[in-house]
Amino acid sequence: MEIREMTALTLGCAIKSRQVGVREAVKACLDEIEKKDSTLHAFLETDEKKIYDRVKEVENGIKAGKYTGPLAGVPIAVKDNICTRNRKTTCASRILENFIPSYDAEAVRRIESAGMIVMGKTNMDEFAMGSTSETSAYGITRNPWDTEKVPGGSSGGSCAAVAADEVFAALGSDTGGSIRQPASYCGVVGMKPTYGTVSRYGLIAYASSLDQIGPVGKDVSDCAALLEASAGYDAKDSTSVLRKDLQFTRYLRQDLHGVKIGIPKEYLSEGLDEDVKRSLADAVQLMTKNGAVVEFFTLGLVDYVIPAYYIIASAEASSNLARFDGVKYGYRAEEFEGLHDMYKKTRAEGFGEEVRRRILLGSFVLSSGYYDAYYLKALKVKAMIKKAFDDAFLKYDMLIAPAAPSTAPAVGSSLADPLKMYLSDVYTAGVNLAGLPAISVPCGLDSSGMPVGLQFIGDCFQEKKIIQAAYAYEKIRGEFPKAYGKGVK
Amino acid sequence: MAKQIIDDTIMENIEILAKLALTCEEREKAREKMQEMLDYIDKLNELNTEETEPLAHTFPVENVFREDVVTNGNSRDAMLANAPKSKDGQYQVPKTVQ
Repeated sequence: MEIREMTALTLGCAIKSRQVGVREAVKACLDEIEKKDSTLHAFLETDEKKIYDRVKEVENGIKAGKYTGPLAGVPIAVKDNICTRNRKTTCASRILENFIPSYDAEAVRRIESAGMIVMGKTNMDEFAMGSTSETSAYGITRNPWDTEKVPGGSSGGSCAAVAADEVFAALGSDTGGSIRQPASYCGVVGMKPTYGTVSRYGLIAYASSLDQIGPVGKDVSDCAALLEASAGYDAKDSTSVLRKDLQFTRYLRQDLHGVKIGIPKEYLSEGLDEDVKRSLADAVQLMTKNGAVVEFFTLGLVDYVIPAYYIIASAEASSNLARFDGVKYGYRAEEFEGLHDMYKKTRAEGFGEEVRRRILLGSFVLSSGYYDAYYLKALKVKAMIKKAFDDAFLKYDMLIAPAAPSTAPAVGSSLADPLKMYLSDVYTAGVNLAGLPAISVPCGLDSSGMPVGLQFIGDCFQEKKIIQAAYAYEKIRGEFPKAYGKGVK
Repeated sequence: MAKQIIDDTIMENIEILAKLALTCEEREKAREKMQEMLDYIDKLNELNTEETEPLAHTFPVENVFREDVVTNGNSRDAMLANAPKSKDGQYQVPKTVQ
């Protein structure tokens, strides 16, 4: 097996037993990046000098017994809204075009202490606002399965990089589906943990009450291992949760016997692509055959998820993004008259259209006279949505759902109709509103050969259940095809 | 509730709050898209939420305190290096008082 085709855990094992050198693994990634990334554009930055400096450090660290974890020496990518010390972090926005953080995000600190090597920063929708990775100020990312298709978003760069074997795993962030949806479009595994599991310290905030960092991997085991390495209580994030059950790899067991799974009926109604529906049905059949008890039920409130999500996310975004004013970092307009004009011109020139749109909507729903009718209303609906999930978990161990209503759309087909693009988050955003963990696993191909993702949704802090079920499903499903990459050889 | 129309006055107010200087063309497009979004969002009014408490945070959280001690070092220079303009170890902004 070629190095690039290995999973992160296989590679980690091979490095530990000295069958593969750290330098060799890094070289394999750099070769793939060199070969493919001029087409895919999954990366915004890869700095060979910094990478090889780090390789030396990791080689020595492994020798000295400092890095002993299962992913020591494994090259990994980090989404560009996660701060990396002395490495540019732009959020794919012009307003942060030259921002070099003076500190590492806690998740980055953790994966580096586990001996992983950050290969570079991945492209994304600007400030994670978008579902296609096309709102990046630095050009789009293409899907390795078909370069005429988008990789999904906003963690499109991270998912494309893993699907194309440019890197062994990656960190993404998920506010309304931004890990699970692109993982589905790119045929890789992506997971959003329970809110508060991975520290948000150093994750540039979009909607703080919904944002979570999570892993993208070639399989469920890699995701569990990467999550284990990046999760943990952090006093620097006031919403961090102290958990004692963070050994996620312990639950990689092929056992579906007696697992009670619910499928929200509403998820199968209008708007769901036939191929996606068929893949889901096939997966259900396989799981039932292997001992799972699958049942349809009415979750309720599904039509209200996206409106509530966009009010809350935009409101928080308008507040969080107020810090970008041309004073402390990034871009400043060249011509202006006085301080306020500088703010306004800097922000108008520095933010792209989608980001401006959400800041405007957020400012409106929080403004005096409209706060109760919109923002407060959305928080009440959020409470109802949470309750609907709570009720479901009284009956079921987990829920399953498609990760997205369709497979990856064509490049250039989504941005003209933002509302339609927002609706593609219908199966994922509710999970963020309720703070739940969920994992997307490839479950089939549509008629044009594009991957479909199956989402396992767990109750809060029940990663163990969905990791076990997703792992078991992955085993019985068997090997999944790789991205052939029409146009990428 | 009557349908909310985004008129010039509201749009002007939002732009002030959002601190964005839009061109006429951008403003018109933004208004159109926001109107579409609000018409869609109005769907929430179908739900009776009178008896429901708003949920800001998914888990019950209390204020989080920590000791008031400095743990990070002085990174003034690294931080100022990111500023579009700085002078004598400080951020530089346009004149704000006459």
